[in-house]
Amino acid sequence: MQDLRLLAQAKRGQRGLENKSGLVGWDEVTQGTVLPSFEGDATNIANLKSEERAYSNFNSYTATVASWRVKKPVFNRDICIDCQNCWVWCPDSSILSRDKQMLGIDYDHCKGCEVCVEVCPTNPKSLLMFGEYTELEEALAQWPEKKKKEK
Amino acid sequence: MAEKFDLQEREVWDGNYAASQALRQAQVDVVAAYPITPSTPIVENYGSYVANGYIDGEFVMVESEHAAMSGCVGASAAGGRVATATSSQGFALMTEVLYQASGMRLPIVLTVVNRALASPLNVRGDHSDMYLGRDSGWIQLDAFNAQEAYDMTLCAFKIGENHSVRLPVMVHQDGFITSHTAQNVYPLPDEVAYNFVGDFQPLDDMLDFSRPVTYGAQTEEDWHFEHKARQHKAIIDSRAVIEEVFAEFEKLSGRKYKRVESYMMEDAEVAIVALGTTVETAIVAARELREEGIKAGIVAPRCFRPFPYDAIREALENTKSVAVLDRSSPGGAMGALFNEVSAALYTTANRPLVTNFIYGLGGRDFSVAEAKRILKEQKAHAEAGHITTDIQQFSGLRGPKLGFFQTKRG
Repeated sequence: MQDLRLLAQAKRGQRGLENKSGLVGWDEVTQGTVLPSFEGDATNIANLKSEERAYSNFNSYTATVASWRVKKPVFNRDICIDCQNCWVWCPDSSILSRDKQMLGIDYDHCKGCEVCVEVCPTNPKSLLMFGEYTELEEALAQWPEKKKKEK
Repeated sequence: MAEKFDLQEREVWDGNYAASQALRQAQVDVVAAYPITPSTPIVENYGSYVANGYIDGEFVMVESEHAAMSGCVGASAAGGRVATATSSQGFALMTEVLYQASGMRLPIVLTVVNRALASPLNVRGDHSDMYLGRDSGWIQLDAFNAQEAYDMTLCAFKIGENHSVRLPVMVHQDGFITSHTAQNVYPLPDEVAYNFVGDFQPLDDMLDFSRPVTYGAQTEEDWHFEHKARQHKAIIDSRAVIEEVFAEFEKLSGRKYKRVESYMMEDAEVAIVALGTTVETAIVAARELREEGIKAGIVAPRCFRPFPYDAIREALENTKSVAVLDRSSPGGAMGALFNEVSAALYTTANRPLVTNFIYGLGGRDFSVAEAKRILKEQKAHAEAGHITTDIQQFSGLRGPKLGFFQTKRG
């Protein structure tokens, strides 16, 4: 089972956008709806990994949109060749990869668009879509066999 | 370092040239522009100043006015001093981005040479474009001649860029009557003008890599209202800064400006309220009528937004009858200036009679004789104690007399 908090820092995906408690008044909102991404000096931020960064509460990193998803991509480590195609194409930076090794999915931000599945070049694919509530073992048990070339 | 520009103490400039010189003296970092009649010479002159080394800045030619204002928004968010110019249809095309600029609190200066809106197509001056911007969240300053176009453009940077304001500012002048009429203008020397405006002080700038920020976030029903309320408070509160900047400008130039200009209003019984070049025409009319014993005066909002609800009341509360002149087709309503002046006067104890004139559309001339006729009509209302004509009338229109609505007072 993939660790759902894979490469997460304490603040990742903590705020549900449907939570309306503790909203500030007009006198406390930021001027011009300008939202700082980080707390403190961020000069060196590009050299820090996401789980090391001091993301502000305005940053989408600290919010979760998992509830938007109907289907989820499931990752099969045994087939993946670490080509990074899914990492390149994912529109929400939700493919977690370190040192060119594919680790899994950021399920706090993945919206289930299926692009990663579409671009996966292996046979069978290393990423496949399953229902949101399908367990990992159950998904892997259903994984298809390698397709043979038609003559 | 920018080349020095030789200026005389007194120059003969039209309103466009005056505005472009003020932009040069402010050393704008980015002008993104798509020229349109009658404001074309502002950016045309500005482009030549850049090309000839008089400005250390960028002139960006774009494919439309929507792109021009979008370029300005980007450059301003990046953290530079930004300005452009437009008129009429160009202004209309910019409108969507005007709201983006004010909502993001970006202190862009837009010099607007007022021109009618099509259809029918017309290049002459009226206030349709200025009125189109009135809910856009920009500060709107109105210049009545070339000197004021120069003065207001310098003041606009200092007002909008003030960190307690941080709002975009429009400086309006009338198409052709101001923009293309050469008049004596007394500019400030370059150093004096630049020091008055001051170095640009960035805030929340996107080029500050130690503090990355998001501009243009989406806010739904749980946040949008609070942000718009804060923005509205900022523009209402800018009144104090506008007055401070005008006071500082008077010390440098000797020229005194107020949020509402009043002429001969100390003892005035009847008055005209107007914007733009009409103000000077009306002043001549009031002077002549005073020789005939009619106590006439003129009131003119220098600052159209924030609307000077307070100062309008003070200027007009002791009058008996007021004509409010709107140079924009109101499209099935009373004129916008009439509505706002009436609302302000309704809260005074005296509650003067107020009538509305739609005039000068598409650059139709407004004469001293017509201004005198309107003031005399106010005198008749004052003597009768009620409005003796239609409340809204068209002035200077061919064909049968056109007017709407009658009083239910008196």
